[in-house]
Amino acid sequence: MAESERPLALINARVVDPSRNLDEAGSVFVAEGRILASGPETISQTPPDGAEIVDVQGAVVSPGLVDMCVGVGEPGAEHRETLASASEAAAAGGVTTIVTLPETNPVIDDPALVDFLLRRARDTALVNVRPMAALTKGLQGEEMSEIGLLGEAGAVAFTNGHRSIASSRTMRRLLTYARDFGALVIHHTEDPDLAANGVMNEGLNASWKGLSGSPREAEFIMLERDLRLVALTRGRYHAQMISCGESADAIRRAKRSGLDITAAVSINHLTLNENDIGPYRTFFKMAPPLREEDDRQEMIAGLADGTIDIVVSNHDPQDVETKRHPFAEAEDGAIGLETLLAAGLRLVHNDDVPLMKLLAAMTCNPAKRLGIDAGTLKPGTPADIAVFDPDRPWILDKAKIHSKSKNTPFEDARFSGRVLRTIVAGRTVYNYA
Amino acid sequence: MNAHDEPKTGGSHPAFPRRHLLGIEGLQPQEILGLLDRAEEAIEVSRQVEKKKAVLRGRTQINLFFEASTRTQSSFEIAGKRLGADVMNMSVSSSSVKKGETLIDTAATLNAMHPDILVVRHHAAGAVELLANKIDCSVINAGDGPHEHPTQALLDALTMRRHKGRIARLVVAICGDILHSRVARSNIILLNALGARVKVIAPSTLLPTGIEKMGVEVHSSMKEGLKDVDIVMMLRLQRERMAGSFVPSVREYFRYWGLDREKLSYARPDALVMHPGPMNRGVEIDPEIADGPQSLIREQVEMGVAVRMAVLEALSEHLPNK
Repeated sequence: MAESERPLALINARVVDPSRNLDEAGSVFVAEGRILASGPETISQTPPDGAEIVDVQGAVVSPGLVDMCVGVGEPGAEHRETLASASEAAAAGGVTTIVTLPETNPVIDDPALVDFLLRRARDTALVNVRPMAALTKGLQGEEMSEIGLLGEAGAVAFTNGHRSIASSRTMRRLLTYARDFGALVIHHTEDPDLAANGVMNEGLNASWKGLSGSPREAEFIMLERDLRLVALTRGRYHAQMISCGESADAIRRAKRSGLDITAAVSINHLTLNENDIGPYRTFFKMAPPLREEDDRQEMIAGLADGTIDIVVSNHDPQDVETKRHPFAEAEDGAIGLETLLAAGLRLVHNDDVPLMKLLAAMTCNPAKRLGIDAGTLKPGTPADIAVFDPDRPWILDKAKIHSKSKNTPFEDARFSGRVLRTIVAGRTVYNYA
Repeated sequence: MNAHDEPKTGGSHPAFPRRHLLGIEGLQPQEILGLLDRAEEAIEVSRQVEKKKAVLRGRTQINLFFEASTRTQSSFEIAGKRLGADVMNMSVSSSSVKKGETLIDTAATLNAMHPDILVVRHHAAGAVELLANKIDCSVINAGDGPHEHPTQALLDALTMRRHKGRIARLVVAICGDILHSRVARSNIILLNALGARVKVIAPSTLLPTGIEKMGVEVHSSMKEGLKDVDIVMMLRLQRERMAGSFVPSVREYFRYWGLDREKLSYARPDALVMHPGPMNRGVEIDPEIADGPQSLIREQVEMGVAVRMAVLEALSEHLPNK
């Protein structure tokens, strides 16, 4: 960590810090791994003694991204992704904190496994790793996991991964029990019974393709159930990923009634729709499935009006063994850490969502929801920083993907907006050459 | 609380004008205290060489247990015998219920045998009252589902009063599986009737809906809940509830709700520990505490016999042919 010893000054920057609603020209000074000063207060200050001066030439300097839904293969599927390779992908995408899903082998449902992940991350990862633990033992949806002990071990939230909890009674007890610990319950809502064997969004498109569909109702019926249970239990709840307009409406209504709820959407559901599946391209097979264009527009509207708080990559590395199959037989999932910000900037360039709003959903909002010290440039906080040029064009070259798995839905995509440098605790972990 | 709160022995007891003891609910504070005073005398009887009284001589007491019990059943049996009754134990779970006989059939059958006192435990709330309505003799509820267990609350009160001198203004914490506990319900009613301050401490999954309106302070943290507490009453957690349905595991339950030395230190320094038994050492209570100097758990068993003698005696005053 020798580099973190040397102070750093990022000058000639456009400092965008959504945690303070700040968007001004200025600098960011870093010393001893923490933000010393950022934005307007740097105008009257000189960089710290001995600082490395980096002229970012007008690029945006923002808090590093906090990605609240990241699948890694470690432990159990290290050939698809390790904490190290995921962290390299994250760094290349301006993501400084990855919040990991417990869907590993073994499932992260034991305090010793949380401890293992944190130690592995400390020893091998370039970025911060904050594990989520399983909501139920083995993700089976039946017995609640040790929410107290897992939280003490360092789990920042509890999720059942991409598997929904069918039993309303179990969900009720989980929300009730988690409340005693102030723990956040995160749920992927897709009624497994109603979704049946659906492999893409149910509708005309699926029908013509001859693929079985998963109806949008599978998502929002279960979401509405959950919201009723949150009202009953007064639990803390986060909808892991919503994908259709009715879900956004349900969240909007429930927020008005004062429930402690938040919702996220994946970058895929903000930038892609079911038409992108085209000729049965399995890299576009994901959970929840890509929906119709109207739903994508609803997701954008929900993000713009604050109904949707958080944008995630839903990074899910899969290899040829799991993806090179007929569409219906391929695994769900797409990688997304490296393209999260660049794809998100498409919304900014289209004037769908202001930059501040987009960045808030990728930085301070998830950090605040998880109660972690990240997602801000406030002086005194860890110096986790992304430097990016929001207009620089680039093309995603599969050969240059840092993830061990290459299942990106953005292969050869053209982006405007390039991460130039990523800094974690004052140390540069990625530099775009 | 204007009723006398301190123990009073000797002399006559206030009348207990009831045929049955089905619950603590509905009892007047004076009636509760009267039973406790009677029990004080029964303790003396039990500690003598000659333990036999003739109050129930010639009377027939049937202990009808639809649910297995060791300590309550033997406690009622000894209490009845010390008062001179002929006591018969019936464990129904193993006989007629399996043959399809209904509760009412059983009641009618027993009624024909002319018992004087029926002590009943049943797994269903309200079953004892139903039986009492169909039978001519006195009925004592020895536990009906998660509803009431009046003699347990009385023996707990007696134990507390003997150590703290009073019930009024004591701060009592009932900890653990409140949801399924008849002991908790009877104690909440009794302690409130006698002017104690009652707290319940449990994971929220083990609290009944509306608990905050039952006259108790509700806590999910032992540290917060045990502050200022004089009496820590631990409840048993059934094994089948520890494996993920109500709480995730034994080790997590013990870590956050099991009474160990650290958690007991949050209560008053002179706090005393109670448990209705049977205990799960290492689940809801650390063996060090269960068998330690602050524990009243053994004594509760002795008080159980005394309280049951008192109840039998009080009810016997209204038996027919008296």
